[in-house]
Amino acid sequence: MNFDTKIRYDFVKNRNKYFMFSIGLTLVGIISLILFQLNFGVDFKAGTNIDVSIGQSVTQQDIKTTLDEAGFPDETPTIGGANNDRATIRFNDILDQEQSAKVLEALKAKYGEDVSAEVNVVSPDLAQEQGINTIWAILIASLGIMLYVMVRFEWRFALASNISILYDSFVVIAIFSIFRFEVDLPFIAAVLTTLGYSINDKIVIFDRIRENLRFSQHKNEEQLAHLVNASIWQTMARNLYTVLTVVIVTVCIFFLGSPSIKMFSLALLVGLVSGAYSTVFIASPLWFLFKRKEKQKPKAAAKPTP
Amino acid sequence: MFGKRIVAFLAIVVVAFAVMAGTSPWLLKGVKLGLDLKGGFEVLYEAVPYEGGVAVTPESLKQTANSLQKRVDASGLVEPEITTEGANRIRVKLPGVENEEEVRNLLAKPINLTFRAPDGEIMLTGTDFVENAAGLEFNELNRPVVTIKLKNAKKFEEVTSKLVGQTMSIYLDEQEISSPRVNQVIASDSAVIEMGNSSTQEARELRDLINMGSLPLKLEEKYTNSIGAKLGMESLKDTVTAGILGSVIVLVFMIIIFRLPGFVAAITIITYAWLLILVQNLMNATLTLPGIAAFVLGVGMAVDANIITAERIKEEIRSGKSMLSSLKAGSKSSFRTIMDANITGIISSAVLYFIGDGAIKGFALTMIFSILVSIVTNIYFARFLLDMLVRSNRFMKPGYYGVKESEIREL
Repeated sequence: MNFDTKIRYDFVKNRNKYFMFSIGLTLVGIISLILFQLNFGVDFKAGTNIDVSIGQSVTQQDIKTTLDEAGFPDETPTIGGANNDRATIRFNDILDQEQSAKVLEALKAKYGEDVSAEVNVVSPDLAQEQGINTIWAILIASLGIMLYVMVRFEWRFALASNISILYDSFVVIAIFSIFRFEVDLPFIAAVLTTLGYSINDKIVIFDRIRENLRFSQHKNEEQLAHLVNASIWQTMARNLYTVLTVVIVTVCIFFLGSPSIKMFSLALLVGLVSGAYSTVFIASPLWFLFKRKEKQKPKAAAKPTP
Repeated sequence: MFGKRIVAFLAIVVVAFAVMAGTSPWLLKGVKLGLDLKGGFEVLYEAVPYEGGVAVTPESLKQTANSLQKRVDASGLVEPEITTEGANRIRVKLPGVENEEEVRNLLAKPINLTFRAPDGEIMLTGTDFVENAAGLEFNELNRPVVTIKLKNAKKFEEVTSKLVGQTMSIYLDEQEISSPRVNQVIASDSAVIEMGNSSTQEARELRDLINMGSLPLKLEEKYTNSIGAKLGMESLKDTVTAGILGSVIVLVFMIIIFRLPGFVAAITIITYAWLLILVQNLMNATLTLPGIAAFVLGVGMAVDANIITAERIKEEIRSGKSMLSSLKAGSKSSFRTIMDANITGIISSAVLYFIGDGAIKGFALTMIFSILVSIVTNIYFARFLLDMLVRSNRFMKPGYYGVKESEIREL
């Protein structure tokens, strides 16, 4: 059997290393989530978020001093923007109209009328509801995708791809927990886009495996492993190019885009890389494992005919 | 000098780009920007009944939203967008509002329905009426009348005995809605308001107002977001710049790696962007910041469709097939993959659209449009163009497709 493909690396044979790595990362993620939870932004944790464009470059200390003077002593602003001219201040309290006006006036008094702000206030129960909706969204979306793959392919592909895409979504959440990145509403969009992109990758490779299955016969495990490896290498160029192009765009948005979607593009970046990794190292070997089982006991797996 | 097909190809591309260039200023002007890009104030209210009141119903919520709309309209602010959400929420979007405080107070005020004597003294308020107190009927002259029912007949008797022969004006906030005359003392808990020559529509509005006044809802702020206009413009500029830069790098990359198919991809991706803006405008969709992100990511998906095809064509060429049959085989086998990938993309976006709200909905909608537009431009249009170029017999060297001669196997 020959697929005219140079197998430069045997992914199937080395699968356990990557399974261990991914299980390890998942465990670290779970531990981090239990111990430190997520660094929720105002969308998920009630409070007030003020995002200010100052119009000139500032330091964290400058803004902190201004806040102190305005009567908000314990706040730690973060500075961003191309010229350090944007500040984000996160209040754990729900500021009323008067209080947020006071913050803005203090900043305007110091930095002039160029100060322009976004003030975002979310109450606790709404925040909680949004969190629950997100979990539902991920579950329903992955269920829908799984059903589609089951209809278009077969259950082994559906199961292998679903495990991998849920893993990818989890990696995004875990990385954000481990590195304490802020989780805001667009973060959900990023996790769900990860789901979409990741399944995209899986379909490309599974489609190739299915095609190769059609044109070849595999009598034993080695041949099946060879088929999977060949399929991975045949689609490798496409995988790399696609990930590279999307990464280029995402990196551009991360560095140059508006600060309010910075976290979105970061989450997406993590998801994209994880998605590309899991396609090759997790989804395909998983399918191999499921399929191999079928080979070993074909009689037991077959349904009795009525 | 050139083949017929090359001329046709050039003509199509030139015409397409001329149309795009010509319509772009008009198109860009038509883009409806979300609050996060042009500044404004957004608030999400949860409606709760006042103490002792009855539960929020879809009607009372809708009426409350309508009355908010009336209030904002009356204050002369630009185009408010007021929508009900779920069972008990109202979302108000006010683009370009500067004096947020004033508007906020205006909105949060409860519906204030009063019946006043000519000297302005408040005789009755909305809470004096029973729930759904008002009804619409027609009198013997077939003119619309509004019937009302009060909680306390005695109070009504007192009020009407004071005002016999005078008018009792009905006010919503400080605005007079109607001014019926009290013809006699009414010693009952119900009465009829004659509407004179008013239309049925006006009578219906009065009925709704009285019913709303008898069921006042308290509005609690659940979420507010106010964006300075300058900040919005900055976000727009930064993100669009980043998106364009990213896209240009990707297009250059495509041409370098995939040569001829890459060049065609660059044409179709630009067409895709133009068409997506057009579709968004036609659907009257609002472009938000996450929407721009979806737009740019759509470019990524569009590029992927082209990469899958181009890679497939490369493979076929390497296997020793002719250019034309490589193109056909490559297009055919990549079609299924791309469609499967796009359909799963639509599934996850649709879930987002139905579950998410606000900004997320905008993101999901743009994503869905973008996938559909991408299928048209990056599958069908790209194939059509590439087919023309290959059939022209001008581009027969494998180098045009990014394949080295040495890689080609003998059949």
